[in-house]
Amino acid sequence: MDLLAILKIAVRALTRNKMRSLLTMLGIVIGVGAVIATVGLGQGAQQQVQNQIASMGTDMLYISAGSVNKGGIRLGGGATKTLIDDDMKAIVQQVPTVAEAAPVSGSSVQVVADNQNWSTRITGTEPQYFDIRNWAFAQGGNFTQDDVNRASNVVVLGATVQQNLFGTSDPTGQTVRIGNLPFQVVGVLQAKGQSGIGQDQDDGVFVPITTLQKKITGQDWLQSIMVSATSQDASYAAQGQITALLRDRHRIRPGQDDDFSVRNLADVAQLADESSKVMTLLLASIAGVSLIVGGIGIMNIMLVSVTERTREIGIRIAIGATESDVLRQFLSESLVLSSAGGVMGILFGVASSITITKVLGWSILISPMAVGAAVVFSMAVGIFFGFYPARKAAMLDPIEALRFE
Amino acid sequence: MATLAQVELKNEVIEQPASRTPVIAVEDVHKFYNLGETKVHALRGVNLTIEPGEFVAIMGSSGSGKSTFMNMLGCLDKPSSGKYILEGTDVSSLDKKQLAAIRNRKLGFVFQGFNLLSRTTALENVELPTLYAQMEKEKRVARAKEVLELVGLGQRLDHFPSQLSGGQQQRVAIARALVNKPAILLADEPTGNLDSRTSVEIMQIFQDLNDSGLTIVLVTHEPDIAQFAKRMVVFRDGKIRHDDPVRNRPRAAEVLKNMPTVDED
Repeated sequence: MDLLAILKIAVRALTRNKMRSLLTMLGIVIGVGAVIATVGLGQGAQQQVQNQIASMGTDMLYISAGSVNKGGIRLGGGATKTLIDDDMKAIVQQVPTVAEAAPVSGSSVQVVADNQNWSTRITGTEPQYFDIRNWAFAQGGNFTQDDVNRASNVVVLGATVQQNLFGTSDPTGQTVRIGNLPFQVVGVLQAKGQSGIGQDQDDGVFVPITTLQKKITGQDWLQSIMVSATSQDASYAAQGQITALLRDRHRIRPGQDDDFSVRNLADVAQLADESSKVMTLLLASIAGVSLIVGGIGIMNIMLVSVTERTREIGIRIAIGATESDVLRQFLSESLVLSSAGGVMGILFGVASSITITKVLGWSILISPMAVGAAVVFSMAVGIFFGFYPARKAAMLDPIEALRFE
Repeated sequence: MATLAQVELKNEVIEQPASRTPVIAVEDVHKFYNLGETKVHALRGVNLTIEPGEFVAIMGSSGSGKSTFMNMLGCLDKPSSGKYILEGTDVSSLDKKQLAAIRNRKLGFVFQGFNLLSRTTALENVELPTLYAQMEKEKRVARAKEVLELVGLGQRLDHFPSQLSGGQQQRVAIARALVNKPAILLADEPTGNLDSRTSVEIMQIFQDLNDSGLTIVLVTHEPDIAQFAKRMVVFRDGKIRHDDPVRNRPRAAEVLKNMPTVDED
């Protein structure tokens, strides 16, 4: 018998018991729908994490002053005064995989504008800092290298600070007070949102490094250096080269601990990416369990169907159906059940994904691969769980089957 | 194995051989059943030869072994010992797939309970064996229509079994048995569920088919029905007790003329 004829017979047999077939399919529908929706959710979350990391800059390296060992007492990170401006200059000049570098030093300050005030973090740096961090301006602009050279009282506000001090009005050109000093606002940064670890990146103000060191903290060492590599791949090479250079400059003997640490944000990105992948896989496998349960439902109904149609099977064998004819007939019925359930499941999964996006505002990414895998898996479930009932039908003794009432 | 090659012929309806070889040759066939502790000896050495064009009625009470013998003739069962040669092929040496092909192409079954597929039209029921014979779609439909017309149901192709009378259902079953042009028609109590007039009508069809050269084996326990055959074989206790030609065989068409009509349809 040709495939089309077999499929036609299968569809007819199934439409005779519409309610039963629909209920049997429902197991697969829910299974496939759940797989598609959860994988969509997981991939949406993954995409979000990746976007966040991309906004941080994956070609970025973060060098922070490390701990120091003073007579057996180890002080915490950032306690050393060995990371200095000259280190940064050396990195830019001597490490070929480094594109740009900016010094970072900071403290906590109270910022006052008219009758509003706000406690925030002040960061002293150089103009290229915003370029390295891939950070755009919403209003006004950047301070200049000239401002750095002259230690001018100019400030760039983060979006959160701007909102708290000025509300919706444009603060550029206005004056804010930091400590006892007046600063002119030159620009406001675009809102960047939370960082990967939930910190508000927009809650901060930025001034030239020289202004901070000379007028606010009085320290001339750096807390950290932001470095951008020439590419994401180059960032791994840069990490090693910077480490070697700084060890040399700080005269650290082999075997001694670094007094700084170099972190590669590509590593962080990879870690976050991997954890969301694991999460997606976990969700999908839970949903996959419901597909298997749906398959058991198919097997159950096919067994009932074989018993009910024992006489029909007997007739078919008597008039010349071979074992494989009968096997194929019942196998195609379960296959039609499961793949029809699979197709309906896709619609159900996509529809529920859209609903979740609209109602809860979660981002969902429906990948064609997840859809394809769900269909293939549901068909496999149909064949796997349909095989035993079909085999039972094919093995029937025709004499017994014809006597069956 | 030229005879096997014959069975394997696809898409071609096997023609009845013109040779003198018997259609059926059964030699010293025994059949045992193991029913738990007890061993049932259903057939105890049966010998029977049926030539082409014969019309044999097999009679016997229940438990005489006639049903077992019929299942064996129909290749649904195998003898425990002995030989069953169907058109020169030793059937006991065939595997399941080859037996299915024999049932499909050389044998036509007619049962007591009609055994049509419900919710399937008369035409589709008759088409079914041709489907397993891998016949092309156009040929299938044409052939199914042809045999349905032969049994007088050309007007009821799209009727479901539930819309047909018992006699009509049995005629659909006969058409289904004939659709692949079998060498032999096996009928197991074909009139068992029918009233007397319809029974004779069915026998008329059988006689007409036999006149056109078809070999028929009919199992029945009604002597009236067995009368219409040419030869009567009586089973008792797993053995053939009588094997005689029927004398003064009535023609079903003549009998019908003298029967009171019963309202049907």
